[in-house]
Amino acid sequence: MIRINGENLDVDGKSVAEYLNSAGYDQMRVAVELNGDIVPKVQYTDTVFKDGDSVEVVSFVGGG
Amino acid sequence: MIPTKEEWIKALNERHGTMFQKKISSATVTVCGLGGLGSNIAISLARAGIGKLVLIDFDKVDITNLHRQQYKVNQIGMSKTEALQDNLKEINPYLEAEIHTVRLDENNAKDILSDADIICEAFDNAECKAMLTNLVLEKMPDKYIVAASGMAGLESSNAIHTRRVSRRFYLCGDEVSDAKDGIGLVSSRVMLCAAHQAHTVLRIIAEEYEV
Repeated sequence: MIRINGENLDVDGKSVAEYLNSAGYDQMRVAVELNGDIVPKVQYTDTVFKDGDSVEVVSFVGGG
Repeated sequence: MIPTKEEWIKALNERHGTMFQKKISSATVTVCGLGGLGSNIAISLARAGIGKLVLIDFDKVDITNLHRQQYKVNQIGMSKTEALQDNLKEINPYLEAEIHTVRLDENNAKDILSDADIICEAFDNAECKAMLTNLVLEKMPDKYIVAASGMAGLESSNAIHTRRVSRRFYLCGDEVSDAKDGIGLVSSRVMLCAAHQAHTVLRIIAEEYEV
């Protein structure tokens, strides 16, 4: 199981890019932290979730 | 009559305590975007006697900004950096401010942000918010970022919160209210979010890292 934004999800083996696409996120508007460290955008395709990972996806909305 | 610098510092020391004021006066904070968030953040920090403010915006003051941004009618057409610097100096004549009238991007950010201890993300555009946040967290391992997402509309003021996403990344806002969804940005709610950001900056300076 992978813990994403506080929810346990069965996405072991998926890449960050695959998860973001399947969950409907716009990659240009997010910051992704994996176990407390930022995942660089260029590594979204190569970074694969492993059992026990803790993930935080921050999706920005407009306004300021 | 304008008080002397000594009088100014004495007044701040009396309000904040000498220890805290010394930390505030030693900090450099960079504000990226000088709209409803950035102009209000800058005013809070200038009043608090921040050591140095670096102010970044490419845009000019427009009549449509005046309902929520800290500019005046007679500043329409001025660059926001210069207009805000003038307004801040009227509040705190001893403020050290550095302005950059540019569009911040991945190429110029490293130089412009190099002095900052803490960076406030105060852009309007969601892609720009994400770009800056990723850039700071990926490339600037000694800096904090205090970002904002979700402050549009008339939803409850109590929905605006501050969250520590990771060690150097704080996020303020309700995280959902998009400025594109109709009602737009309302002064009071944008100010609330800006106050969350400014207060987070002061807490980091005070080494109070939890929210």
